[in-house]
Amino acid sequence: MADKLVADKHVRYILMAEKKKESFESVVMDHLRMNGAYWGLTTLDLLEKLGSVPQDEIVSWVMSCQHESGGFAGNTGHDPHVLYTLSAVQILALFDKLNILDVGKVSSYIAKLQNEDGSFSGDMWGEVDTRFSYIAICCLSILKCLDKINVGKAVGYIVSCKNLDGGFGCTPGAESHAGQIFCCVGALAITGNLHRVDKDLLGWWLCERQVECGGLNGRPEKLPDVCYSWWVLSSLIMIDRVHWIDKAKLVKFILDCQDLDNGGISDRPDDAVDIFHTYFGVAGLSLLEYPGVKPVDPAYALPVDVINRILLTK
Amino acid sequence: MDLDATVPLSERAEWSDVVPLTQNDGPNPVVQIAYKEEFRETMDYFRAIYSSDERSPRALRLTEEALRLNSGNYTVWHFRRLVLEALNQDLYEELKFIERIAQDNSKNYQLWHHRRWVAEKLGPDVAGKELDFTRRVLSLDAKHYHAWSHRQWALRALGGWETELDYCHKLLEADVFNNSAWNQRYYVITRSPSLGGLEAMRESEVSYTVKAILANPENESSWSYLKALYKDDTKSCISDPSVSSVCLSVLSRTDCFHRFALSTLLDLLCEGLRPTNEHRDSVKALATEEADTNLANLVCTILGRVDPIRANYWAWRKTKITVAM
Repeated sequence: MADKLVADKHVRYILMAEKKKESFESVVMDHLRMNGAYWGLTTLDLLEKLGSVPQDEIVSWVMSCQHESGGFAGNTGHDPHVLYTLSAVQILALFDKLNILDVGKVSSYIAKLQNEDGSFSGDMWGEVDTRFSYIAICCLSILKCLDKINVGKAVGYIVSCKNLDGGFGCTPGAESHAGQIFCCVGALAITGNLHRVDKDLLGWWLCERQVECGGLNGRPEKLPDVCYSWWVLSSLIMIDRVHWIDKAKLVKFILDCQDLDNGGISDRPDDAVDIFHTYFGVAGLSLLEYPGVKPVDPAYALPVDVINRILLTK
Repeated sequence: MDLDATVPLSERAEWSDVVPLTQNDGPNPVVQIAYKEEFRETMDYFRAIYSSDERSPRALRLTEEALRLNSGNYTVWHFRRLVLEALNQDLYEELKFIERIAQDNSKNYQLWHHRRWVAEKLGPDVAGKELDFTRRVLSLDAKHYHAWSHRQWALRALGGWETELDYCHKLLEADVFNNSAWNQRYYVITRSPSLGGLEAMRESEVSYTVKAILANPENESSWSYLKALYKDDTKSCISDPSVSSVCLSVLSRTDCFHRFALSTLLDLLCEGLRPTNEHRDSVKALATEEADTNLANLVCTILGRVDPIRANYWAWRKTKITVAM
């Protein structure tokens, strides 16, 4: 049972994970190192410890993952994909290094992935998923070139994925799922289209995700998982309905998912920790205004001061 | 499958002409466990043939080895597709390969995307195969999001709708709480070209759902499904006696989960349902609070008590009650 956030331990956990590059876990995850870096670095920034990492080395590595097409890969020697392109842009945003990007190139890579029906593919192979709609919109918004895509059609496609319970799935008719809901609501928020969401209906579906122990699940009758502390919570905040869950109980659930000895956060109490859940746990606590954690933007999934810096300057 | 698979690549004659490339992001120390070494070596050889863009039979076999060790690596899947195209390989065999990989780990996007790419190329002939494959995956995890997504795509693109409603029923018989199966049921009744559409199916579906609710009133999905059957038609919803009476039936039971029956009744009242005396009595029986003359108000009060984790939501619902009763 934990009664506080052991922030220093989490910082150490993240910094050690970065150093253990040759560990088996690390090698198996190396194709998505860009995502891992984003999760780790954003968490460090939220805990005010971004200065602990070698910024220049990381920025160089990020840029080494960019392809001719303008897209970024998960690691050097891998292929580009929007998933890693967004993470790369977010990492550069954290370090206030967006100015080193050839914005035209990155934005063209993304814009070309929009399909006729407004949806987005993840890469040249054509997989379609509302996750990619969010990624494209979030990324282009950070780069200030949303006008490179057909926003109207993009919004239309997202709305076509809205279900009768108020939620959203990966494609039209797919089951409502908290992760997909975050993507759709985030994309609608960024493009100024939250009026397309039935906030009362969706708000209820989202607050129904809270189970007895205080944790949140992602769909009816599934187990709670710390990552939903982000996806459900950020969605509730974007639609102004976060007061419909019991925040104190959720804080307790997240804190109970910490490894109090070695740092890191797991999906639920007593499971193994990983960077992914560490990020979502800390980001969730940020949304719950936990002391010692910087505020995070629920739509962009970056610290508020980073987003302000981007959006409020030319 | 390469019989030499357990022999390190560096000792296989077939690969003697290739110089493996290491991941270029740090020092490369000695690793302790053989399994880790096998993985590292496979990826080093993969990087070599990927970088020289060798689209050969041995390259195909190497991607298989790499995927067996780590099926999440999208670059390997990507390159495998290029090789399959270059060699004009038998894609029916590829379907079997994908299923073998899925046995170890089916929870990755790349595998499903690859499956779709193959199935798309093979066309409507494989409709049955795709439904069979997803059925096998769902038999291990009936809520598998990727499998459902693939199944929906297969129905749309390749066909096979005729037996889908029955399949949903079988899954719900096994687990009536399976939200994915309820969602699929809705998908079928609204989109199947062989059924009449939502309105035509409404009566039989309401009857089906009411049975499910009465058996398990604590099932969120079944209540949700019931409401969805009246999409955009609240008038029919409140005038359908089945809907208001299933609420009543559940509320009249002692020692039963009442929350969803109460919230559904609340929704009906707010949409204009005129409550009967039976409705009032069954609600009052659940109230520990002083009876409110406004039934909807009373329902909200009860909900705030029995569902304290969402107390703020029920308090808000109370402020939205405009109907006087």
